[in-house]
Amino acid sequence: MIDLFGRLAWGELKLFEFFHAPSIDTAVASGAAWMAVLGVLAVMAWLTVARRWGWLWSEWLTSVDHKKIGIMYMVIGFVMMARGVFEGIVMRAHQTTALDGGVLSNTHWAELFSTHGTVMIFFVAMPFITGFMNYLIPLQIGARDMAFPVLNQISLGLTTTGAALVMISLVVGAFETGGWTAYPPFTGADFDPGPGPDYWVWAIALSGFGSMFSGMNFAVTIYKMRAPGMSFMKMPVFTWTALCTSILLIFALPPLTVACLMQALDRLAGFHFFTNDLGGNMMNYANLFWMFGHPEVYILVLPAYGIFSELTSMFAAKRLYGYTSLVIATMSIAVISFCVWLHHFFTMGNSATINAAFGIATGIIAIPTGVKVYVWMATLWGGRIRMTTPMVYMTGFFILFVIGGLSGIILANPAINWQVHNTQFIVAHFHNVLLPGLIFGIFAGVHIWFPKAFGFRLDERAGKITALLWIVGFCLTFLPLYLVGLMGYPRRSAAFDNPDFVPIMIVCMIGACLLMAAFAGLFVTLWISIRNRDALAVPLGDPWDGRTLEWATSAPPPPWNFAMIPHVNERDAFAREKADGQPYVTPERYEDVHLPPNTAAGMVVMIATTAFGFAMTWWIWWLAVASFAGMVLWYVVHSFREHPEVTIPASTVARHHKAWVEAASLNPGVTRDHENDTRNRGRAATDMVVAS
Amino acid sequence: MSDTQVNRHPGLDLGYVGSGEAEESKVFGFWVFLMSDLVTFGLVFAVFGTMVGATAGGPGPEEVTNLHSIAIQTGLLLLSSFAFSWASLAMKYDASRWRFLIWFSVAATSGLFFLVFEVLDFHHLIEIGAVPQRSGYLSAFWALVGLHGLHVAAGLLWIWVLTLQILKFGLTDRVKSRITRLGLYWHFLDIVWIGIFSFVFLAGVA
Repeated sequence: MIDLFGRLAWGELKLFEFFHAPSIDTAVASGAAWMAVLGVLAVMAWLTVARRWGWLWSEWLTSVDHKKIGIMYMVIGFVMMARGVFEGIVMRAHQTTALDGGVLSNTHWAELFSTHGTVMIFFVAMPFITGFMNYLIPLQIGARDMAFPVLNQISLGLTTTGAALVMISLVVGAFETGGWTAYPPFTGADFDPGPGPDYWVWAIALSGFGSMFSGMNFAVTIYKMRAPGMSFMKMPVFTWTALCTSILLIFALPPLTVACLMQALDRLAGFHFFTNDLGGNMMNYANLFWMFGHPEVYILVLPAYGIFSELTSMFAAKRLYGYTSLVIATMSIAVISFCVWLHHFFTMGNSATINAAFGIATGIIAIPTGVKVYVWMATLWGGRIRMTTPMVYMTGFFILFVIGGLSGIILANPAINWQVHNTQFIVAHFHNVLLPGLIFGIFAGVHIWFPKAFGFRLDERAGKITALLWIVGFCLTFLPLYLVGLMGYPRRSAAFDNPDFVPIMIVCMIGACLLMAAFAGLFVTLWISIRNRDALAVPLGDPWDGRTLEWATSAPPPPWNFAMIPHVNERDAFAREKADGQPYVTPERYEDVHLPPNTAAGMVVMIATTAFGFAMTWWIWWLAVASFAGMVLWYVVHSFREHPEVTIPASTVARHHKAWVEAASLNPGVTRDHENDTRNRGRAATDMVVAS
Repeated sequence: MSDTQVNRHPGLDLGYVGSGEAEESKVFGFWVFLMSDLVTFGLVFAVFGTMVGATAGGPGPEEVTNLHSIAIQTGLLLLSSFAFSWASLAMKYDASRWRFLIWFSVAATSGLFFLVFEVLDFHHLIEIGAVPQRSGYLSAFWALVGLHGLHVAAGLLWIWVLTLQILKFGLTDRVKSRITRLGLYWHFLDIVWIGIFSFVFLAGVA
């Protein structure tokens, strides 16, 4: 019986820890476990009561539609973000009490900062950007789907596996305590034989395969499936940033996979890659991890730059200034991002020459980023700016991100880096670039493209209040950390002994509460918008006077995206059509559309790899073998079956398209001044001068 | 459209006009995958390079290299790749599937014997105590050679599955497209082996 479950035992269940040894520490641990379990049960209960299981399965889980897959990525991101934000609050609460101690145990504190980082980077930021790329790439390049729709679903399955393993670690066993980077030998078998580092290894390795496949899929889609006439320099800017991110994913994920699997071999099979003894070398891990880790920063932030580029030109009603410079800057960032990884460990024994080289490279990468900031400023200059919710996020981003970037320039200098390394200054820096840079971009993007995906706009008033809460909350929570960092407060430290830190940490705690309110504000906005969805409806699909091809579809777009594949002659193809007065036309004849059929491939991979990861963590060898072999066998059998495409008859396509074109031509259109009232049905009355 | 066709994958000839639109993307996607896989191998090579001296007093390159066996393995793998290229030509120019299947089975058999010799080598290493738990050098050695071996094993599985598909469906367009990708994979493993042969074995005893 013992062998059947490996090293898993009843005592590993976190749910009852509080009842055995009541304390604040165990209350937090058990409470979190109960929240995860009850959350899953509540969703299952709703699905059962509302009789939604069949709908969930056939409309979503087995769908290969890139739009639905994109939305599912966003859902994963928000669910995991709830956990990440909660953890942030708990950590801030702990820090206000951390003078000579603190309410949480040291181990629990270490688990919190490790899961917070892991969750936020891998299972919030990554699903968000992957979701956006999934949703937007085919629509922006005038394609009907990804190059590999089934592989796309499998990528989603693998990402879900990683997220699931991290969530399971909340209930069963424990997570690792070595930070999101999980440096051995601290996380090696000698110092932490428990399940924590194994959860990390398998969650990251398995979801990493998913990210790599996503990168391949996006890159091939962009290279091979652009609409006729859309040469590279006519692609929308978001697609450009997505292409660069995809290339980064293809090249940067292998180092992470290699690091994870070597760590797994060390831990499970007694290899000596990163151990202290018998020739192991921990520096190989640090190099491998950051060969992934630094490009990862740009994997995350480039699509957000793409969103900011789209929104400045959209809400300034101008063509993007300096398109070519922006493209070159994006590509430069992608290339240089592979030459700076060592600045993450200037203090770990490299020679001064090497440190100087990487410090200079780090300084250089700031130049193309600076180019972008000027491009956005020049785009806004002289434009007719509408202060919509995305523009509020953009404003916050502009000011705060530049501060974050400048602190990065300071850190690029190895001499200064030595002084502040491993302090809260670093924590302030990376939150300062990731929150305003990435998260603000994502939320701005949600406000822009939500109407496209669901057919109604999000409430502007609630959206703006939420945006302001994010901005103010961010400033209070993270900017003071620069100060305590310079005063010498080490990061990842469970306690401190300087009473001067206490008032500052209380300010941070207040900021964290504002961020919590801001996070809740997202759902309040959603709730208000759903209630007013009829007033906010924009079925004609172009609520913001958009410029690129995704706005030339109804909202939501039909499963086949475009009735006929568009021909592109210029950048901002849809803006051109509108300027020429020919935005909504019906073709002479319609053709049948062929779409890939639904498949359970992604779910099979998700279930099998989750079982595999769990089995490897708990040494349940039979399950590991069975799940892996089962997955391979399923795939082999699957490859023998015919998978006829679903054919949408031309008449269906014609009916949908003609109805939309007719509705659009009957609508008088809305001017930008009335964009935010009920007159906006998704038809823009454009007075745009394309050649501005 | 016509100028894009010039740039298509030259090995792609599925035998009818208008073919290759979807296959072109698939083959290109597989090239991209191989590029990523090559980065993986490159990193394991790099880790091996840093660990060549980390023998911790245990067996070193001299003890783990059996050049006789390595020469046979190299010959078998090159033969396998050679047979695969003849199989690809048969697929392209010969309507009958049997000539293809003969070359295909030569490729599979020599691949299998390559693995047999490799496993025998590993078995010998265990006997002399050159196990990966012994030192960093041996960990990296086993990981690098083993990673290539696992790739070959996966390729063999792929060959067998495709053989069954050819027997069941014949050389259909879908099967041909799969064979094209398998061919890329199989030749890729040859190139990686050249690297292992040179940097792990030859350089180890030189």
